[in-house]
Amino acid sequence: MKLTTLLAAGFATFATSAIAQTEIQFWHAMGGRLGEVVEEIAEKYNASQSDYVLVPTYKGGYEDTMTAGIAAFRAKQQPDLIQIFDAGAATIINAKGATVPVADLMAEHAGGFDSGDFIEGVRYFYADSDGKMIGMPFNSSTPLLYYNKDIFAEVGIDAPPSTWEEFEAMAPKLKEAGYQALAQSHSPWIFSENFHSRHNLQMATGNNGYDSTDVKILYNNPEMKMHWTKVKEWLDAGYYGFYGRGWGDNQDAFVQKKTAMWLGSSGSFGGLKASADFEFGTAYLPYWESIIEEPKGTFIGGAALFAMAGKSAEQNAATADFLSFLSSPDVQYFWHKETGYVPITNAAYDVAKADGYYESTPDAEVGILQLTQPGGEWTKGYRLGFYVQIRDVMYKHYEDIFSGEATVDEAFAAIESEANDLLERFNATYN
Amino acid sequence: MKRVQFEHSAVPYLFIAPQIIIIVIFFLWPAAQAIYQSFLLEDAFGLSSQFVWFRNYSDTIFNPSWLQAAWFTIIFSSLVTFLSLSIALLLAVKANEVIHGASTYKTLLMWAYAIAPPVAGLMGNLMFNPLIGDLYQGMNAIGFDFDHKLDPVDASFVVILISVWKQVSVNFIFFLSGLQGIPKSVQEAATMDCDSSFRRFWTITFPLLAPTTFFLMVINITYAFFETFGIIDTTTQGAPGGATTTLVFKVFQDGFRGADIGGSSAQSVVLMIMVLLLTVIQFRFIEKKVHY
Repeated sequence: MKLTTLLAAGFATFATSAIAQTEIQFWHAMGGRLGEVVEEIAEKYNASQSDYVLVPTYKGGYEDTMTAGIAAFRAKQQPDLIQIFDAGAATIINAKGATVPVADLMAEHAGGFDSGDFIEGVRYFYADSDGKMIGMPFNSSTPLLYYNKDIFAEVGIDAPPSTWEEFEAMAPKLKEAGYQALAQSHSPWIFSENFHSRHNLQMATGNNGYDSTDVKILYNNPEMKMHWTKVKEWLDAGYYGFYGRGWGDNQDAFVQKKTAMWLGSSGSFGGLKASADFEFGTAYLPYWESIIEEPKGTFIGGAALFAMAGKSAEQNAATADFLSFLSSPDVQYFWHKETGYVPITNAAYDVAKADGYYESTPDAEVGILQLTQPGGEWTKGYRLGFYVQIRDVMYKHYEDIFSGEATVDEAFAAIESEANDLLERFNATYN
Repeated sequence: MKRVQFEHSAVPYLFIAPQIIIIVIFFLWPAAQAIYQSFLLEDAFGLSSQFVWFRNYSDTIFNPSWLQAAWFTIIFSSLVTFLSLSIALLLAVKANEVIHGASTYKTLLMWAYAIAPPVAGLMGNLMFNPLIGDLYQGMNAIGFDFDHKLDPVDASFVVILISVWKQVSVNFIFFLSGLQGIPKSVQEAATMDCDSSFRRFWTITFPLLAPTTFFLMVINITYAFFETFGIIDTTTQGAPGGATTTLVFKVFQDGFRGADIGGSSAQSVVLMIMVLLLTVIQFRFIEKKVHY
């Protein structure tokens, strides 16, 4: 009896799914508040049309999501759309045949594609060396300086520092008042990758890795070593706080008013608004005046969406339809407002401006303004293999600098040799 | 000499079949896959693949971070095994002597048995959180300059403390039942011969507990090698500077986070060989000293 019911139920589901709308499986890494916004977008999309159903699935952090996607692809069970973060870009883009380039997908199924629609800062990061977009930028962020306006008023500082020289001048005042001046989440991203972009320094040979996989890292340079010597001095003087590798642990130090300033992502804006019980502002990522007089824009961080290969034309059309919905100005504006990630298209940016959003919330515009600052030769992005491990290598040796286990010179020599070993290994997999 | 002839029948094989199937599917097959993958250099998505002999081994094993992890694993496993066994033994001996409220004591000591390593890690992580952790703040309040986010020794202390805490109750249960299995008559005879309870313990009780101790040692080394992964992943994640990275955690980092399947397979094969050797040593040399 039970068995027959079960079988009947089984057949019923099978039958309905066969005639129902095409499902778009979308794996993402957006937890917490960001995940809720993704769900809201999915609801909006599913309500907006009746041909397709978007099924978003949270797969854990960025690394977990990429690993899940890789395992699924190897088992031929890949989702239609997957979110891959900046450090994984080389892994997925070099794996020709793992994805359908979005430029091709949109040209075929969504009536054309123009990368010129996207804002300058996000156009190249997930593109190949010819500028053809492989991934669709999704949650694009950029590192920003957040500062506690209450603490600044209390200590008598008018404006956040625009250079590290200014920072050094104000840090002792903050310390005297009992605050740590600065903490940071993700030093490989902010104090390494974006350090190079901001100061227009080359990160790796081969056009920052865009032209080839046979490349060497250039982190072991005098500017980086100068910067990290300073950071170590700040740590020892009590100006800089290190709360571990966890993103949230360092953000918490800012939320709990331990530190007056925090380097985080423009995508943290929405979360901070909900958790901080004080007035905070945002400012550009500071730079060293001694290195560059006119600083350049920063790289985008965050992640992009990749359409996985091996799907039917009907599935691809569904994916393309969702991507056009997602990059439409209204949806982008909604995403931007709810999360703090930058709007990825010029049209969406215009909608936000026309709506008067930046007049009421000027701090929300800082990220996109920073991204649209004049670019230089080395501000397009980077494409480096095994970059997840290279970031771990950096974390490891930065901690050795902090704990005094290694000098700055030793640490950067080790970063260079370990990163180059990894790059050589990555290159060997493709040759 | 007359040889006993057994009739061959399929029935015994049928009985062990489920176990054999489980071993093949969940152990032999993945192990064979790991050995196979360890000779391949392959991109993450498996689209290009080449046979590279021992390159994965030479790339990943003769590498400062692997050697650091190997060294830490040895120290970590020895300390965790030794401390969780000795603390549990002490507690079991003492609990065995308690007469009033014995079951309350025992229940309280067994409490942590049901806690999974990642949960133990998360709890420890909260207690050692620099902003809100009582243990972190307490350590600093009593004069230690405690900072497990940057100090390798402090970080090792945190993972060892949590790992030992989690394992003590398991060992406690086994030791306690081992102690209760020692015949009363032997103990009473010993009491008449010798006045010192300390000496009685080492000459009578401890040797009689040897089978339990040996069994627990094997279990605890495996625990320290493999199961503590959950604790490390939820607390230090191998930091600072790779100081608390065990070999298993490194396999995970390279394979699951870094998508380097060949390199991480090579590391697991080496780990497999290490554990195999360790098991052989345990059973060949140490077990000889155990009297059942």
